[in-house]
Amino acid sequence: MLILECPCCGVKAEETELAPGGEAHLKRFGPGSSDADFDSYMFARANPKGVHFERWRHANGCGKWFLAARCTATLEVFGTYPAQTTEPPAELQAYIKSRRPEWEGYK
Amino acid sequence: MKRYSMFAVAREGLNYHLGWGRAWRNPAPKKKYDVIIVGAGGHGLATAYYLGKNYGIRNVAIIEKGWLGGGNTGRNTTIIRSNYLQDPSAAIYEKARSLYETLSQDLNYNVMFSPRGLLMLAQTHHEVRGYRRTVYANNLQGVTTEWIGPERVKQIVPIMNIHGPRYPVLGALYQARGGTARHDAVAWGYARACSDMGMDIIQQCEVTGIRQVNGKVTGVDTTKGSIDCDKLGLVVAGHTSVLADMGGFRLPIESLALQALVSEPIKPCMDVVVMANTVHGYMSQSDKGEMVIGGGTDGFNNYTQRGSWHHVEETVRALVETFPMISRLKMLRQWGGIVDMTGDRSPILSKTPLGNCFVNCGWGTGGFKSIPGSGWAMAELMARGEPGPLTEEFSMYRFREGKFIDESVAAGVAH
Amino acid sequence: MSTRLARGGRLIDRTKPITVTFNGRRMAGYLGDTLASAVLANDQMMVGRSFKYHRPRGVVASGAEEPNALVGLGTGGRFEPNQRMTTTEAFDGAETASQNHWPSLEFDIGAINNKFGRLLPGGFYYKTFMWPRSFWKHVYEPIIRQSAGLGKVPTDRDADRYEQAYAFADVAVVGAGIAGLTAALGAAKAGKRVIVLEMTPACGGRAVVDGITIDGQGADAWVAAAVEALRGMDNVTLMTRTMATGLYDHGYLMAAERIADHTPGDGRPKQRLWRIRAGEVITATGAIERTLSFAGNDIPGVMLAAAVRDYVVNYGVSIGDRTVIVTNNDDAYRTALALLDAGLRVPAVIDARANVTGALAQAVRDRGVRVLAGHGVAKVHGGKRVTGVAICAQAGEGAMIEEIACDCVAMSGGWSPVVHLWSHCGGKLNWDETSAMFRPDPQRPPLGADGRGMVRAVGSANGMLTADAVLADAHAAFGSGAAPATDAPAEAAMEPVWIMPQGAGPKLRMKMWLDPQNDVKVSDVQLAAREGYESVEHTKRYTTLGMATDQGKMSNINGLAVLSNALHQPIPATGTTTFRPPYTPLNFGAIAGEARGEIFQPLRRTPIHDWHETHGVEWEPVGLWRRPFCYRRPGESTEAAVNREVRNTRQNLGLLDASTLGKILVKGPDAGKFLDMLYTGVMSTLAVGKCRYGLMCNEQGFLSDDGVVVRLSEDSWLCHTTSGGADRIHGWMEDWLQCEWWDWKVHTANLTEQFAQIAVVGPNARKLLEKLGGMDVSKETLPFMAFAEGTLGGFDARVFRISFSGELSYEIAVPASQGRAFWEKLHDAGQEFGLMPYGTECLHILRAEKGFIMIGDETDGTVIPQDLNMAWAISKKKADYLGKRGQERSYLASADRWKLVGLETLDGSVLPDGVYAVAPGVNANGQRNVQGRVTSTYFSPTLGRGIAMGLVKHGPDRMGEVLDFPGDNGKIHQARIVDQVFFDKEGAKNDA
Repeated sequence: MLILECPCCGVKAEETELAPGGEAHLKRFGPGSSDADFDSYMFARANPKGVHFERWRHANGCGKWFLAARCTATLEVFGTYPAQTTEPPAELQAYIKSRRPEWEGYK
Repeated sequence: MKRYSMFAVAREGLNYHLGWGRAWRNPAPKKKYDVIIVGAGGHGLATAYYLGKNYGIRNVAIIEKGWLGGGNTGRNTTIIRSNYLQDPSAAIYEKARSLYETLSQDLNYNVMFSPRGLLMLAQTHHEVRGYRRTVYANNLQGVTTEWIGPERVKQIVPIMNIHGPRYPVLGALYQARGGTARHDAVAWGYARACSDMGMDIIQQCEVTGIRQVNGKVTGVDTTKGSIDCDKLGLVVAGHTSVLADMGGFRLPIESLALQALVSEPIKPCMDVVVMANTVHGYMSQSDKGEMVIGGGTDGFNNYTQRGSWHHVEETVRALVETFPMISRLKMLRQWGGIVDMTGDRSPILSKTPLGNCFVNCGWGTGGFKSIPGSGWAMAELMARGEPGPLTEEFSMYRFREGKFIDESVAAGVAH
Repeated sequence: MSTRLARGGRLIDRTKPITVTFNGRRMAGYLGDTLASAVLANDQMMVGRSFKYHRPRGVVASGAEEPNALVGLGTGGRFEPNQRMTTTEAFDGAETASQNHWPSLEFDIGAINNKFGRLLPGGFYYKTFMWPRSFWKHVYEPIIRQSAGLGKVPTDRDADRYEQAYAFADVAVVGAGIAGLTAALGAAKAGKRVIVLEMTPACGGRAVVDGITIDGQGADAWVAAAVEALRGMDNVTLMTRTMATGLYDHGYLMAAERIADHTPGDGRPKQRLWRIRAGEVITATGAIERTLSFAGNDIPGVMLAAAVRDYVVNYGVSIGDRTVIVTNNDDAYRTALALLDAGLRVPAVIDARANVTGALAQAVRDRGVRVLAGHGVAKVHGGKRVTGVAICAQAGEGAMIEEIACDCVAMSGGWSPVVHLWSHCGGKLNWDETSAMFRPDPQRPPLGADGRGMVRAVGSANGMLTADAVLADAHAAFGSGAAPATDAPAEAAMEPVWIMPQGAGPKLRMKMWLDPQNDVKVSDVQLAAREGYESVEHTKRYTTLGMATDQGKMSNINGLAVLSNALHQPIPATGTTTFRPPYTPLNFGAIAGEARGEIFQPLRRTPIHDWHETHGVEWEPVGLWRRPFCYRRPGESTEAAVNREVRNTRQNLGLLDASTLGKILVKGPDAGKFLDMLYTGVMSTLAVGKCRYGLMCNEQGFLSDDGVVVRLSEDSWLCHTTSGGADRIHGWMEDWLQCEWWDWKVHTANLTEQFAQIAVVGPNARKLLEKLGGMDVSKETLPFMAFAEGTLGGFDARVFRISFSGELSYEIAVPASQGRAFWEKLHDAGQEFGLMPYGTECLHILRAEKGFIMIGDETDGTVIPQDLNMAWAISKKKADYLGKRGQERSYLASADRWKLVGLETLDGSVLPDGVYAVAPGVNANGQRNVQGRVTSTYFSPTLGRGIAMGLVKHGPDRMGEVLDFPGDNGKIHQARIVDQVFFDKEGAKNDA
């Protein structure tokens, strides 16, 4: 039963309050884009065993989507941040690096 | 290899069973193999077995980072069925089911295939329609299934409450030759047969890198050194993305935890498998007497293989509602398996962007039931280098073409 | 014989006698007894049969690790199989029955397996039962299943109820022995909110049995004072009879409180399941004694040494008159002393250690008991009860030195910390060579959400095996200053003994039980190793070691030590199997809680729900809603009711509760732009007061929902969705607005439950609304696909002139609070126009007669709008909409896709639902080729014949062609491809 803090309303929400939404920071490719680009947007997933950036919605709470950085191997949550960002905040990336020195970084 | 039989057991019994040899050898890796299969679960071992049996390719290593059969093969709910809606699925799952019928004899290892029958309950009108459609499809696919009404359901499963106030049972999709098998035995049986053919099963050996020259695979780096190969098969279920990353490509896969649990053993009370997708739960009774119960997947990426709580709660609620008499039984043990889910929830048996590297993954919650068929088809793909009829629809490139094999159409949620 | 002593028993109340029955025999006990102590007090040593060989089984332990003493408890709706007697409180009138035998416990036919034991080694079934093939299902498996299985099957519905509750604390302490109490006191005094969970009814754990003094007080008094102190603190909750069953990710602690298990039928819930969130979990869960592996160690009367002591001290029950103690450590000598104190005989203590030097041993010697150092048990004599032991040298092969008559053997192989909760979420263990045990590695604890350790183990759960070490460890968790101190004597080191004697041959090893429930012996583990099942998980699964209902609490460490020796590797190289929740088995009823029957899942009710209930409704579940399928009149069949509803709606007037339809308000300066992305058509150009039908696709391009969009005002649109789609589509909208187009100025609100929506359908629809009055609903003012807001018959109404039936039709939304009254008003006022309510099946037929698609029927997640000939609803001008790129993919853009057509059987019959149209030949996998399928099929009461829609390859180009649809029992249904609109092709009725 995971706990994630919703950055919008500040509630430390249990997993049952939340709806998972898959990998974060995917770039949408629309009409006219190449097959490879569309594939990368719709299907291909990093699915790392380790640091993962992902989408969650505080569905049974404030209703807001947010993003989380979480380790899929230990379930450690490095932090959550608003969905309205194009990449993880720098201080979060630094924190992850401090917790996982071997992490290759957000690309 | 010493043949297994009642007589052999009796003979060895006179000598306190001190005379049995190893079921499979424990060799050090050679420098090079014709084929390396990564992953000694059911699918990897079956792939190797049919490479040897059907194509005479026996210079094969099966590399396993843990112990053979220790992944999803050893932690599923052992259901076998082939009542799938879409043609490609029905073909490969029925191939698997029919191979299960004679697997004990083929391997000389009792995998305890028990075609005890399998029911998928329809509890909404939508499900009724979906399952009826499946029955018509199955009859054209050569898969024997039938639609049965609620009274017949009750006859087959007397402990079921078909008149639940919320979701009364409206009928069921029935596959009389579906059932269960002993999951560990499937891996062990294939392992013994592979070893007997001269193949090397190398356990406690983790692949750390995939070596390639000019876009073609040449071997793997492992914790036991580098090993060369002509062809490489990645058959590692939940960890496929990690290996694909080593090979330099991505797959349409996410690793999710699937929940399962068993009760304490009781005397036989249900000799079929029951799946109830509306309420999210399925149950069978093992030969030991435990009620074996499966539930849903968590929706977030997870590699921990641990049981979580709320899916278990949801599943148990559903089953207590469907089988009120289990309320005073007790959960003995719960666990999780890491399943690899694709974009359409159907598997991938495919060539990859890396030459001579093949992938078999994405079985999601349907892995165990498909093991023999998957191995059979994967062996064909690897031996020929090109997909055959069983695999041609399961390419990893089908997603960009939009050629989905979507089983959720009829099956609701779980497999 | 085992009996009740005249004195003693700190947990029983001799003033409160009770009676329990065992296999029909009445037995006297006292309040405070467990079922085990109660039957042992009545000389009932044998209490069950083992799983495989059906060997006699007696009580071996006194707690949760008990593998043998399992009974069926109670009758009828309170019957419960596999109740562990050692942890079940006895109560007056408790009826118990032993398990897994036929015809009786004393004489069991199944025990014949025991005679063939040599033929049935670990994993024998993998090597046999393969011929003939059909015999597995029909002969072998049924026999094996019948012989296995332990408890009887409950037949009745559970008569009890279960509750669930939540709790929060800074610190949750699991276990209220002296370690748990000390840690809890420390945490409580530090001002933390503390929850203490104790599985038994009484606190104190082992220290009170061992009778030490703590800080100068007797342990009993010290514990009582500690409990009183904790109970007196506002920041502490102390819960007894509460088993912490599992620790889950991010520190979710589950605990089961037994409330009425020991007072069945008193009106309280049987159990209460707690979900506890604690800042930190302290496991003070103690340790479990290990058995010793000697031949015949499974015979009733062979028990754990500490358990023998527990029965004497806690319950005043002697297991035997003459107890031989077998040990490899000092603690077992406490049992000798307790027995001597109770006036019982201890003929000898057999100690495997060559040098026995400890103070406890000396105290025993001082009382005149023989201590045989360097010795072991060669064999236990007896069948259903111990009669004696043969003694040998531990270092030898088992040559008998002497025989000692006895009726109880108390064994101790050392102690294993209870590390289950520590391990559930990935806490790691270290092997402790000195005490031969796995103990928690504080450097590798289970990690919480923040990646830091969330559990600390204290006391013997942390590997501290003497009282002073336990107290010091537990005190250090939170306390300051000096830890409580005891008078417990120092103990000499134990020596690991994994088989006894160490050189035992195969014949003896076949008699050494590791797991007495599942009948796993030392020889089985050695066989597994020999055959290459070298991983501890392989061995477990091959032999079933540790898979019994005690989940290896007693047997695991011994088993993996034997395996390690067989593999010539150190124990830590073998490792342990995985510890999984729950710690002890947990009732399914408790897990399900109160979600049973009608409240199994929440029920969503429209404002008109109760009216339907009283008007002959036949319900259909739609998600969590229920919708009327039809309304049956007395004596009317479902089919007749549906046909009547269809005919009446077409001829007169029908009324439909459409409240479950999704109603999502989309508002803001960018709302039009947003909806243009969401729908395949253009919504931004819709005029205020007008309605437009729209399709929504997912990014794959597949059709996901449809509905009528209404422009309410310049900046607000109301989007209708399907009943099942409302929440999903609202979430979908929010996803795009929050995560992709977050700079667009749009708000959404899901108003589905704020409005009741009622469809007034049929030729008389306008007449009814005009009768109600208040709004102009004429064809001129409110034409097809128009919207108006006003009052109707005094109700605040939003009127949509739309039709899903081809009839003249209005959908009217009123505030939910007015829904029921409005429905009744329509219903009453409509009687003169022939009004009848209709349900979802009639709705489906009406729309099918008109060839309208239904999400979920014509679509199944693989269908695109183009397949349904709905290109008209897709804007060609828009550069982008959700799903457009997906639809550009080759397979979706193919000309060979199956497309929607109407289907008419040649004989007027109804096509079966879901049938496929076959094409000649078979595919490469031998499957029959197909070229289409039926998506909707009904009997049309209007036309008096079957009608259907389906998807057919190149369908619209093949009008008039006849297709074959194989149905049930080999019947081939023939149907002609026709236009999908079957009724009123010109739309005259809608236009009325």
